[in-house]
Amino acid sequence: MLDHEFMRLAFGAGAVVGVLAPAVGFFLVQRRMSLIGDGIGHVAFAGVALGYLLGIAPVATALATSVAGAVAVEWLRANRRTAGDQALALLFYTGIAAGVVFVSSAGALNANLFSFLFGSILTVTRGGLLLVALLGGAGLALIAVLYRALVAVALDEEGARVAGLPVGTLNVVVAGLAGVTIALSMRIVGILLIAALMVLPVTAAGRLARSVASTLTLAMAIGLASVFAGLTVAYYADLAPGGAIVLVAAGAYVAAAAAGRLASRP
Amino acid sequence: MPLALELDGVTFGYDPRRPVLEDVAFAVPEGQFVAIAGPNGGGKTTLLRLVVGLDRPQTGTIRVFEHPVGDAARRGLVAYLPQRAHLGIEAPATVREVVAAGRVTRRRLLGPLSAADRSAVDAAIARVGLAERADAPVATLSGGQQQRAYIAKAIAAEPRLLILDEPTTGVDADAQDALASLLARLHGELHVTVLYVSHEFGAVEHVAERLLLVRGGIAFDGSPAELPERWHDPSHAHA
Repeated sequence: MLDHEFMRLAFGAGAVVGVLAPAVGFFLVQRRMSLIGDGIGHVAFAGVALGYLLGIAPVATALATSVAGAVAVEWLRANRRTAGDQALALLFYTGIAAGVVFVSSAGALNANLFSFLFGSILTVTRGGLLLVALLGGAGLALIAVLYRALVAVALDEEGARVAGLPVGTLNVVVAGLAGVTIALSMRIVGILLIAALMVLPVTAAGRLARSVASTLTLAMAIGLASVFAGLTVAYYADLAPGGAIVLVAAGAYVAAAAAGRLASRP
Repeated sequence: MPLALELDGVTFGYDPRRPVLEDVAFAVPEGQFVAIAGPNGGGKTTLLRLVVGLDRPQTGTIRVFEHPVGDAARRGLVAYLPQRAHLGIEAPATVREVVAAGRVTRRRLLGPLSAADRSAVDAAIARVGLAERADAPVATLSGGQQQRAYIAKAIAAEPRLLILDEPTTGVDADAQDALASLLARLHGELHVTVLYVSHEFGAVEHVAERLLLVRGGIAFDGSPAELPERWHDPSHAHA
């Protein structure tokens, strides 16, 4: 399998995505914003479609619209301009509607578009891998540097404000990271499924771990294992990788829930 | 003695036409243990939210250690234990992780905990008597132990002003007495100024040096021993 360059590239990008998605998703899940990844995914779809329409690399336009959409939702939430679920609904429907309009205008309803929606093993290029490694590595480094502050805000947002932490800025950083993660991951997992890779490993880890740090570490390990296993299954069974990866992550959740229940029995 | 807190002509209402607090003025010298009591809806929690900067007064000024509230927060002078403190997190946080979050300040925002931070966290956990449960998830502790963990988080920041909103809510009478004893000891050892809000004022009646009764304004300000008998009526002060 790894004799093929396209698989080595897919595994390389998948390694970054498998660790980054749960690392960012961890802070979304803790703030009970698990569905924001789906909303940003819809905006990323609009970004891909805009790229086709304007003749620009779809990853670049998806990156811009994802980050802008994520920051907009955070702004709406923080300023209480609208309820959290309504802000998400606004993002969902506007994103998908704009995507449909742009795709129709560009005449781009084709197989390449579907590779963005559901992921594709064949589409990771060397340049793409470099972009994923650079931006993904930067995202992980940012999380490592801000880890204590991000945990402090997640634990007690009001207490963090009173302690003088720049809570608004930290929340925007998390939203921006979510946008970047989705734009980077869509080639591997697909726009429609990337949110699952941000959430399922975290919820699975929460069933087994006994601390914040171990939950985050275990979530990243489950994410990485899900991507590697999903890519392998997709290669041998000739499947879209997004579905395979997410089903493996869902299986990990079921196994973790069962193990957690067994462990808690007297 | 320098002032820890000074309010002058403070008025606030969530609907500005119906103020919850009106023309509130008082000062707290550094090191004092002040209990704030009053009826539900009288403005106790609102007063604390103004002091910690979560809400802003429509008129009047608030100064904390001679700084505007926002500056005092940025300088890490204030720690706040909110009403019904709970973990705003799904993951199972340990006592040590919760207390360590108290060491995160604007000036120590980036990177891992320093050796001094780790020592301060251990010391705070030991002060509240949770050293043996330091690595246990907070959710596995009793209500009283959880409150001790949150108090440890507050004192780990080494604040000069410690503000606690209804810290005894939801814990049994024994735990309330234990918390009152703990706060009295911490006040003595750390020389920190304490603002303690509770409708169950009795728990700290013998600890507090001063009592403020809040009922839309300051209805009483003096020693707990001087509290007029009418305010002992639960339907008034402690309802």
